[in-house]
Amino acid sequence: MRVALFVTCLADTLFPSVGQATVRLLERLGHEVVFPSEQTCCGQMHINTGYQREAVPLVRRFVEQFEPYDAVVAPSGSCVGSVRHQHAMVARRAGEEALALRAESVAARTYELSQLLVDVLGVEDVGAHFPHRVTYHPTCHSLRLLRVGDAPLRLLQQVRGIELVELPDADQCCGFGGTFAVKNADTSTAMLADKMRHVLSTGAEVCSAGDSSCLMHIGGGLSRLRSGTRTLHLAEILASTEKEPA
Amino acid sequence: MTSGGVTARDEVLGRVRAALGELRGTLPGVPRSYHGAGAGPVDLDLLVDRLRDYHALVRTNGDGHTVAGLLADAVRERGARSFVVPAGVPPAWLEALGSGVLVDDGTLTPVDLDAVDGVVTGCALAIAETGTIVLDASADQGRRLLSLVPDYHLCVVREEDVVATVPDAVARLDPTRPLTWISGPSATSDIELERVEGVHGPRTLEVILVPAAADPRPPSTPGQSSEAPVQS
Amino acid sequence: MTSTFLGLPTVAATDTEHLRGEPFPVAARRALADGQLRANLGRATRTIRAKRQAVVDEVDDWQELREAGRALKAATMARLDEHLEQLEAAVTARGGTVHWARDAAEANAVVTELVRATGSDEVVKVKSMATQEIGLNEALASAGIAALETDLAELIVQLGNDRPSHILVPAIHRNRAEIREIFRREMPGVDPDLTDDPRQLAMAARRFLRSKFLSARVAVSGANFAVAETGTLAVVESEGNGRMCLTLPQTLITVMGIEKLVPAWQDLEVFLQLLPRSSTGERMNPYTSMWTGVTPGDGPQDVHLVLLDNGRTATLADEVGREALHCIRCSACLNVCPVYERVGGHAYGSVYPGPIGAVLSPQLTGVEQNATLPYASSLCGACLDVCPVKIDIPSLLVHLRAQHVEQHRATHRLPSPEAVTMAAAGWVMGDERRFAAAQRAGGAGRLLGGRRGVIATLPPPLAGWTSSRDLPAPPAESFRAWWRRTRGEVS
Repeated sequence: MRVALFVTCLADTLFPSVGQATVRLLERLGHEVVFPSEQTCCGQMHINTGYQREAVPLVRRFVEQFEPYDAVVAPSGSCVGSVRHQHAMVARRAGEEALALRAESVAARTYELSQLLVDVLGVEDVGAHFPHRVTYHPTCHSLRLLRVGDAPLRLLQQVRGIELVELPDADQCCGFGGTFAVKNADTSTAMLADKMRHVLSTGAEVCSAGDSSCLMHIGGGLSRLRSGTRTLHLAEILASTEKEPA
Repeated sequence: MTSGGVTARDEVLGRVRAALGELRGTLPGVPRSYHGAGAGPVDLDLLVDRLRDYHALVRTNGDGHTVAGLLADAVRERGARSFVVPAGVPPAWLEALGSGVLVDDGTLTPVDLDAVDGVVTGCALAIAETGTIVLDASADQGRRLLSLVPDYHLCVVREEDVVATVPDAVARLDPTRPLTWISGPSATSDIELERVEGVHGPRTLEVILVPAAADPRPPSTPGQSSEAPVQS
Repeated sequence: MTSTFLGLPTVAATDTEHLRGEPFPVAARRALADGQLRANLGRATRTIRAKRQAVVDEVDDWQELREAGRALKAATMARLDEHLEQLEAAVTARGGTVHWARDAAEANAVVTELVRATGSDEVVKVKSMATQEIGLNEALASAGIAALETDLAELIVQLGNDRPSHILVPAIHRNRAEIREIFRREMPGVDPDLTDDPRQLAMAARRFLRSKFLSARVAVSGANFAVAETGTLAVVESEGNGRMCLTLPQTLITVMGIEKLVPAWQDLEVFLQLLPRSSTGERMNPYTSMWTGVTPGDGPQDVHLVLLDNGRTATLADEVGREALHCIRCSACLNVCPVYERVGGHAYGSVYPGPIGAVLSPQLTGVEQNATLPYASSLCGACLDVCPVKIDIPSLLVHLRAQHVEQHRATHRLPSPEAVTMAAAGWVMGDERRFAAAQRAGGAGRLLGGRRGVIATLPPPLAGWTSSRDLPAPPAESFRAWWRRTRGEVS
């Protein structure tokens, strides 16, 4: 299958290894990955902070960039959540009904990585090797907005050598929430503290998730604690092999 | 009240109309794909289970007792001396309750009732799924305060008056009557969400569940109001 | 009655004392520093979440009930004027009196006048959000009328000279030891040896209130539901204080927001399943009372209903935002909200706290009067999952954030620093070459990175991030640079 990669502005800029892992993984599974080069950002930060007017050109850009493809994948539950649940609304609010209809059409073929693998490509064993103790944070938008269900866990369970440990109170938000983390930094930090406590209670070497933003938040906290537990995106674990370990 | 000559009523309604707009949208449909009235059978065991789960006491006539016998047992075991009953209870109940029973003539005050140990009523229906009994102030249930002020409420439920679910109950009840839905004794969870039973309503609810045959009534009394429900 | 169009401009609530407080981040910071509060809230919300889940899981048509509840509320709002007129006619036909109030002051004046007419200087009250919203107790007090809260939690709040912090359990922020101290200090005639056992505390309240109930002549209540078709009002409760107030006094005054209607009697079959399971986590709450006007010889013979606007029509005017009016006040969204669980209800500054408060309060007051509340959420979506009428609270929060930005833009000559940042980010993201250039310039951020390759301090506003979290230093090569280097320009 030919899949267009929406790498997301965050992974593009700060976590390129997540995008690279996504490419490596899909190519290993025999799919063609293309990277529409004029892509930038889905506009979620603007929309969720109230700047919908500023988000309209970003929605248009996303639609124009990805319209030609049958399947679009992003290694981010929240960016796909924005594409699926906000793009058409933003266009409509700006009075751009035609754009809204196009956005709905593109959104219907835009998938979060685990959704693409399990629900569209029908694969659970991606041939990965990752001999480490891992706990998985399901992230709010994957869990409740996209309803990816147990797709990420089914993928992880097939990884050779992995020791998967359940994260207590996994469905609780880590406290990131985009600009919430800055506007309400104290509350965000209190939520993060509990998430980190649960992560550390598992004794995992790695805390994984399907969203670089939540991982940046959790990882930033764990790094400050110098806890020794590192964060890795789901894509990086799934791309990991004995020859090319993550 | 008026301000600038427009009554509050007209102004609030006017605002609602403005909010909805002159070309109000089409009325959205209501999908009722949930289990409605009549969807399932009545499960008497479930009623007993759900009543007990919320700490109501339950007596059934497993050994063929009549309602009078069960009432007498309950009163004896409770050790209650004084009871009040609504005016429309069957004569057999009165006999079972003995001489200390007070029949409400419509003049008993809350203070009078506060001095009584318990109350015996019938009910309009009971809901198996939720363990709820519903009183509608019919002749065998009386005024609402009767089942409220005394500390012990003994309620006779006839098996024929048990319905399966909340929709079954709503379908059968008359909304113009004063209704009291009772599920277990009064309770609060206001302190650390720890459930404490018996706050202001009766601290003990006891239910006698019998088939109608065990609760014979004169033809005129069941389900009838002690007064006209509608005021002109 | 008239059915011709008579539109009048909607207005937000003007007296906002009980609907807004200090900025949320400020109040939240103070609440977070209170370890006792966080412990009380954490324990309580965890308990109620588990109870709710257990009784919701028992119901195999829960999703169908939620959908019916949502649709019924939408249908109610779509014809609210007709339903209100129908309700008024039905209540009046059965001997009740209906009053209308544009705002808090008018509602308080109506109630005060009704109490005065009875000659009583005391009223007993059933817990009611609407009367808290309008500050009725204070208004009555200033008219020389004492209002006694009879719900246990409300009594704790009233005796403690405190504010409610939860829709269902207003004293959720207090633990048993604190409650014992409040009772020992403030409850007339209380046993000085009172322990902190919840049963003992509840029995102390029973004794204290009993004589009040038996002698009360006037009661004030709210209503959970009003049936337009029949004029029936319903109060859903647990303790029996509601029954006492609704049954024993001669005069009953019910204050209700105009949105609390359901069209038909049958509709209660949906809400009486949704509300108790969502609210207290019970199959059915201990007591539900329903009354239709006056019943001769049974209960209050002087029955009033006060219909309150106070910003509701302004909320109704927003086709998106009006969904907040669907709320049936179950408080399930509070109990699952990670923000509420950590900061408690007071931080929201409104009688309506938590996720629903964050969308309802700013609409009642006008969003610029409550501009920090729509941001008091990480948009995690847990509230939508549990809402019995499927209110899409996260989308409403985003909607109100947009309203705030637009209104701020319309009323300020200079853009806020945030708006400048957002505009700049939008400009950069508006072109992939500008974005790539920014990524290269951001690579300079690597210089900020210490030996561990992380950034540990940033200037405001990003200092909020680095106060507790490191930020990864930008990598040497962005993804798109890597793609271009390794794959060339292909698409």
